[in-house]
Amino acid sequence: MEELLQELQEKFSTVILTVETAKKDLPTLICKREGFLEFIKYLKEEKGFDYLIDLCGVDYLNYKYKNFEERFEVVYHLYSIPNKHFLRIKVRISESDCWQYSVTPLYKTANWFERECYDMFGIRFKGHPDLRRVLMPPDWEGYPLRKDYPLFLEPEKDWEPYKELVEKYQKERGS
Amino acid sequence: MGIEKETIEVAPGIRQIPNTPVFITVIDKVINWARAGSMWPVTFGLACCAIEMMATGASHYDLDRFGIIFRASPRQSDVLIVAGTVTKKMAPVVRRVYDQMPEPKYVIAMGSCACSGGVFRTYSTVQGCDQFLPVDVYVPGCPPRPEALLYGLLTLQQKIKSESKRWGFWRR
Amino acid sequence: MSPLIEVTKKDVVSETWEEPFYLNMGPQHPSTHGVLRIVLHLEGETIVDCDPIVGYLHRGVEKLGENLNYNQAIILSDRLDYIASVANNTAFALAFEKIFNLKVPRRAQLLRTIVCEMARICNHLLWLATHALDIGAMTVFLYCFRDREWLLNVFEKICGARLTHSYVRVGGVRLDFTSEIIDELYKFTEEFPNRILDYETLIDVNRIWLKRTKGIAVVSAEEAINLGLTGPCLRGSGVPYDVRKFRPYDAYEEVSFIVPTGKNGDTYDRYRVRMEELRQANSIIRQCLDKLPETEGQPVVADNAPDLLIPEKRKSAVALPHPKKGYFFKAKEEDVVPPGEAFASIESPKGELAVYVVSDGSNKPWRLRIRTPSFVHISAIPDLTRGHLIADLVAIIGTLDVVLGDSDR
Repeated sequence: MEELLQELQEKFSTVILTVETAKKDLPTLICKREGFLEFIKYLKEEKGFDYLIDLCGVDYLNYKYKNFEERFEVVYHLYSIPNKHFLRIKVRISESDCWQYSVTPLYKTANWFERECYDMFGIRFKGHPDLRRVLMPPDWEGYPLRKDYPLFLEPEKDWEPYKELVEKYQKERGS
Repeated sequence: MGIEKETIEVAPGIRQIPNTPVFITVIDKVINWARAGSMWPVTFGLACCAIEMMATGASHYDLDRFGIIFRASPRQSDVLIVAGTVTKKMAPVVRRVYDQMPEPKYVIAMGSCACSGGVFRTYSTVQGCDQFLPVDVYVPGCPPRPEALLYGLLTLQQKIKSESKRWGFWRR
Repeated sequence: MSPLIEVTKKDVVSETWEEPFYLNMGPQHPSTHGVLRIVLHLEGETIVDCDPIVGYLHRGVEKLGENLNYNQAIILSDRLDYIASVANNTAFALAFEKIFNLKVPRRAQLLRTIVCEMARICNHLLWLATHALDIGAMTVFLYCFRDREWLLNVFEKICGARLTHSYVRVGGVRLDFTSEIIDELYKFTEEFPNRILDYETLIDVNRIWLKRTKGIAVVSAEEAINLGLTGPCLRGSGVPYDVRKFRPYDAYEEVSFIVPTGKNGDTYDRYRVRMEELRQANSIIRQCLDKLPETEGQPVVADNAPDLLIPEKRKSAVALPHPKKGYFFKAKEEDVVPPGEAFASIESPKGELAVYVVSDGSNKPWRLRIRTPSFVHISAIPDLTRGHLIADLVAIIGTLDVVLGDSDR
């Protein structure tokens, strides 16, 4: 595993910012967005990382131990079934430039993960074939998992069709 | 009263003219008896409680003995068991299923989520399905045991039997 | 009200027929196992393409988990995959234990393994019941529920709940087994293999069953990995990937079991894999029960496990030299939980269930990400259904073993 990390660090020195292994449960690579696709492609095709376990976003707004500027992180968990290697790859994304390259052409699993990430955090994925909301209704406002989104919505701010439904029922019951 | 002198009470509210196969009772009673004896719920599982609803219908608890048979189509059913969390995205669909059911129709809110939202006080969850549906019986629990659902259904039967002036053209 | 039947893809141009034919299936459909909705694009009765729409059960568990403390978040995990809730508890607990740096006592590990395998049996029985019911076999449904009820009674003796157990806690389990439970489980493991034979007699060589499952939704091994299928769906295609073997957790290192795999990767093979898993789960329970007396009397929760109510703040006294005499003490706020991140995954009955937690030092997780197998499996439906008939779609949803609470979170 350490040889692999060493090799990756040498080959992709422009893409990989840091490699963290101490105090982590998994070797963690922090990557730049530029050149990220080539890196993932290399991992998949040359190093046997054939299985994308997870892709998720994390919002680091006002995080206590934050040592970087960007607000979001997209975290990839890659696994290699033949070699039993496990990697965590992070890409940091700023709020003003909120997009990331899509890995859907490489991993079909990523399709819905990226849609969900877009749905929950508003991170756009460049090259995604069909970027729509997946969990929330298409006309929902806001991105629920962002830290500045409230946990509970006040009735006035509710989703429009639901508000209409409730109002209609209240009127029916009143009459 | 003439009727009371000439007839015998065979059951509460049902009188028989002696030595004839003629019974006298209130039409509400007959109709309510028929309705309570064949409540057909929609097969409409939303979340966790649906599994308990299935368990109630399956071999161990056996709902069929109460004349309760699950129907897959809302157009053939009388009872809507809201079994599980109703989300805002789902609420219009639940309402549409309810609207498709023929009258008389009843609603059972099964589980804490359907009663009040339960633990899920979040942006996407409806805080109780009574916000857009007229609920007849609330069955609390997370999820309620099959016995609790059975009790809820029997309570609904009691309610139907005591009903008057709610459904039907002849009462207008 | 927003239109319920809305066509989401209109870009398909067909030359033989003037306009494509769309059919809406769900969310109220008895065979979609909950509130899954699929917009089908048909040509005759053949599915050209389909678009699964989920989110009808999105309850915001991830957001809610960020607003509850670690022990409270475990309660939410029950409601994700409500058929095998102990498996979800375990995944959450494993991730949180990595954050807290806890070591689970051996007895607790054995107990966890037992309940996880019990959950696997419960899940596969319910899967078999509903899958067979969808395809048209009513008797299997009644048989499976009879045996599932037995196991649920044992669960009730263990923790008092039938479905939502919350039995696994951070650092161990809630309660120890009583001798009554162990006896009952021995009885169950003795009897259960015969019951599996019963089910197999009913459907294994049934002509209708074979015709409806053989050659349906064939996935090659490579395709399955790329689609992210896990669990029996992946093993049906011949890939022996099992988290219990690849990254063992709890007591799975101590027990011996084989990972069954299929050959063709069709619905029938996945059925065979699951039936074999039932036998393996039974034997794992048996092995763990045999090991239990060795650990008799040991604690079932780690000593340094957090209290149920994790305090919001913790203050410690810092001694500073006093300008005039001795020292004075100043309160300094400390982290209740070590900050950091952790990833834990388990082999839940449906596939790989992974939890990724980021902690910021407070008593609540900063980010709680749950990677659920059902979400991935539903996303694979379009690739599996292309070219099949509508009636096969029901078999495909059944064979993927999806639960919408698991998928939508």
